[in-house]
Amino acid sequence: MMKTSPTAGRPAGLVETAFTVNGEQVRFELDPRESLLDVLRERLVLTGTKKGCDQGHCGACTVHIDGRRVVSCLTPAVQVAGRDVTTIEGVAAPDGTLHPLQQAFVDCDALQCGYCTPGQVMSGLACLAEGHTETDGDIREYMSGNLCRCGAYIGITAAIRRVADQTKQTEV
Amino acid sequence: MRSFAYVVPDSVAGAVDALAAAEPGTKILAGGTTLYDLMKLGVEAPPAVIDIHRLAELTEISTGEGELSFGAGAKMAEVADHPVVRRDYPALSESLWRAASQQLRNMATVGGNLLQRTRCGYFRGGAEFGCNKRDPGSGCAALEGLDRTHALLGASDACIATYPGDWAVALIAFDAELDVVGPRGERTLPLGDLHVEPGDNPVLEHTLAADELILRIRVPATPAGRGSTYHKIRDRESYAFALTSAAAAVTLDAQGTVTDCRIGLGGVATRPWRATAAERSLLGEQLTMGTARHAGEVAFADARPVRTGAFRVELGIRTVTDALLTAGKQAAR
Repeated sequence: MMKTSPTAGRPAGLVETAFTVNGEQVRFELDPRESLLDVLRERLVLTGTKKGCDQGHCGACTVHIDGRRVVSCLTPAVQVAGRDVTTIEGVAAPDGTLHPLQQAFVDCDALQCGYCTPGQVMSGLACLAEGHTETDGDIREYMSGNLCRCGAYIGITAAIRRVADQTKQTEV
Repeated sequence: MRSFAYVVPDSVAGAVDALAAAEPGTKILAGGTTLYDLMKLGVEAPPAVIDIHRLAELTEISTGEGELSFGAGAKMAEVADHPVVRRDYPALSESLWRAASQQLRNMATVGGNLLQRTRCGYFRGGAEFGCNKRDPGSGCAALEGLDRTHALLGASDACIATYPGDWAVALIAFDAELDVVGPRGERTLPLGDLHVEPGDNPVLEHTLAADELILRIRVPATPAGRGSTYHKIRDRESYAFALTSAAAAVTLDAQGTVTDCRIGLGGVATRPWRATAAERSLLGEQLTMGTARHAGEVAFADARPVRTGAFRVELGIRTVTDALLTAGKQAAR
């Protein structure tokens, strides 16, 4: 079986695509040109995910697909059919309590203008989950896909370090 | 972006059939990090794309006796972090994790990465710039323009665009082979036969037929893998393309004599570059700063400096020198 667009019964070229975003099922008739970033921001009005360069350089649009970090600007939205997408809006608890990494960003002065911060947090969560936090050098290497033009890198590294150390203590 | 038909085959056989039946110019979409980017820029405008990113049969990795095998659809991050690759072939692992960012490495595949297209700004910049690769006969704006990162080796009067990848540079040093499939069946070719120099036709970048698809990359097992490294020099420490890079692998006997040597060059040539004369210069020698530096000089003997990036010849020589010395330390582990 092969799925091809255009499909009979739909406007030419549209592709029916269903996936979950922060646990909620969504379904769209997508033009295959649409990026996941544009679908999140323009159709779902989840504007926490930021459009920086739109070319995969800056990391501001970082989200998780099935738990792995990707840049949503270079992800055709049709490719996430059946996948679980997590954005910055899905990180804090339902009552608004910040995730420990979000709290660490606040406590460690890990932002100035804040535009890159949602991408930094999503990337930082993945960096922690991957275990690329053995040294501060590892954190810098594995966070290098997220640019911060205010230069809050020292705070960002410290925030991730704090949560990595907390996690380690909990495990011990 | 030009609209395109989106085709999702559910098997490799289905992908081959779809490709054979497709309009000219149809492209295979895997991770999308190059193709979708260039489609957004208008540099690529395929009438249809065939999305193979869900084909599990393309994602197998095996590291058994005799060879390593990487399915073309395996992700860069996955291969970079593979424990056997990290331990026994550090150059392969490093060439992957020193490339791009973790987000992109989670998306991009090791097959697609081989065919990553040049980062030349005039190629990416669109119709306002002459580019014989994008628009044959329109000239090469880089020849008179910003050529700081352009090719020192393998360039022509028609094109001086640098091959941007790292993974293929490490693979070529290990005599990797590709299994590809098309309507006429499967065939195998050395990775060294995949890429071509631009000559007078820079549009042609590789030797795959339009209806062929990469299935897997195979690397013959070699003890030189353990004594290897991928050394990459960039404008910043991480997340940048190479100004110069070198994959180096050596085997040393009990007296410290070099019995096997592999050198690949990245960031400096129009294709992944194997420095065979430099490799030969080290065979039977002790690996020292002096012999390593000499190998670097041999590797760049035919370099044609670009106007604003001439410093990269000396930088390249030093990159090879350092890579060989690091590989020697790895080999003595």
